[in-house]
Amino acid sequence: LRTTMEVCSSDGFNVTLREFGCEQCLLSRPDGSSSFIQGDTSVLAAVYGPAEVKVSKEIYDRATLEVVIQTKVGLPSVKERSQEQCVRETCEASLLSSLHPRSSLTLILQVLHNDGSLLSCFLNAACMAFMDAGLPMSCLFCGVTCAIASDGQVITDPTATQEKESRALLTFAIDSTEQKVLMSSTKGSFSVHELQECIAISQMASEKIFQFYRESVQRRYSKTL
Amino acid sequence: MAAGFKTAEPLEYHRSFLKENCRPDGRELVEFRTTTLNIGSISTAEGSALVKIGNTTVICGIKMELANPSVEAPNKGYIVPNVDLPPLCSSGFRPGAPGEQAQAASQFMADIIESSEVVKTEDLCIERGKLCWVLYCDLMCLDYDGNLLDTCTIALLAALKNAQLPEVTVNAETSLPEVDLKKRKPLQIHRHPVASSFCVFDNSILIVDPTGEEERLSTAQLTVVTDEDGRLCSVHKPGGTSLSGERLQECISRAQVRHREIRKLIDKVAQSVTSGK
Repeated sequence: LRTTMEVCSSDGFNVTLREFGCEQCLLSRPDGSSSFIQGDTSVLAAVYGPAEVKVSKEIYDRATLEVVIQTKVGLPSVKERSQEQCVRETCEASLLSSLHPRSSLTLILQVLHNDGSLLSCFLNAACMAFMDAGLPMSCLFCGVTCAIASDGQVITDPTATQEKESRALLTFAIDSTEQKVLMSSTKGSFSVHELQECIAISQMASEKIFQFYRESVQRRYSKTL
Repeated sequence: MAAGFKTAEPLEYHRSFLKENCRPDGRELVEFRTTTLNIGSISTAEGSALVKIGNTTVICGIKMELANPSVEAPNKGYIVPNVDLPPLCSSGFRPGAPGEQAQAASQFMADIIESSEVVKTEDLCIERGKLCWVLYCDLMCLDYDGNLLDTCTIALLAALKNAQLPEVTVNAETSLPEVDLKKRKPLQIHRHPVASSFCVFDNSILIVDPTGEEERLSTAQLTVVTDEDGRLCSVHKPGGTSLSGERLQECISRAQVRHREIRKLIDKVAQSVTSGK
């Protein structure tokens, strides 16, 4: 297990992320797998494909991506379906699925423990699993969650307690090429200024996360090469 | 010839219009379709509204039921939104269990209600820990031609404004609730959330109020929900191609203008309903 501590501050903002951890290729059956840890939040991701697709789901010019979120306890609810939609459409934007037409890609995300920032952890785990599966992508992406506390302070990568106490919760997916917003999902009300501030902070945090991706992959291949 | 071109190369067909800064239905890029609103269309529901944006039609009915509050929140009632996309409204939907789009839309409506506090769940409490109201907000799409979320939000807001709560007293002797259907008072609406949807074409061109076909061909969708103070209740972009902060700002400014237009429309219709009585 590779872990690094991420703390940085620049431009007056304090971007603090919890301890990150990632392991790739830990399952034998899937074509790509990863586990991603943000503090106590932990997600296991598996990718199958490109494989044969059901005729009813076949798309003639690109691969069909299916995302399944498995909760720790109980059956998946409407909330999980909404998160599945967010993850799927983000992955579709970065995967070059037209290179595998009429085939299926399946991404399974298993929650191991939820201590806040779950949606961003899903996105990070998904990206690392796709990388492990060796699927062609136009860019990498990462998820960043920002919580706006009642005093207006922005907390990046909040824990479940911080999420509960916050006034608003914003999750963004940021792409690695232009640092633009791929996905946005929000809860609570906030001003336009606060939104722009959170995007700017997320873009800064994304640099750190992409740096972590790079180190994690480098360390993995330094052993085999 | 034009019809054949449209069927064979729909994307090229749309591009040829967008190049000239207009759309196949004659609209400009930042123009919404005609929005019509009817309040109180269902007499058997406590509150109802029918909204049309272009061809897209959504009807919202609000039913109320008495229930016990949960132990975690003894002073709160419940609001349960549900979006239904029946096979009637488009060939894209099959009968049976609700699909991903319907479930995601239901979750989106629940998030807006919670984020904007349009109706506070505390207002639905009748007796702390014992009795509260459940508001079932059923949104049914009758005709699907894109921009479902905008239509649903307007329908929900108008129906909530139309809803009348009957007075409930708890009988001290039998401790049973007694509902007085003749004495009714309207729900207190704290804020007015209005949604505006956008589509991104070819990773760069931004259009508002997409039709069903434009949604299918677009590379990304975005919905911004604002309230009367210009604050944001939701910036929902489920994925797709990326947007910069500046482009997002353009969308928010347009959404704030749209909010004023819709507020005016709802107030006008609500006024004509009360004066017509």
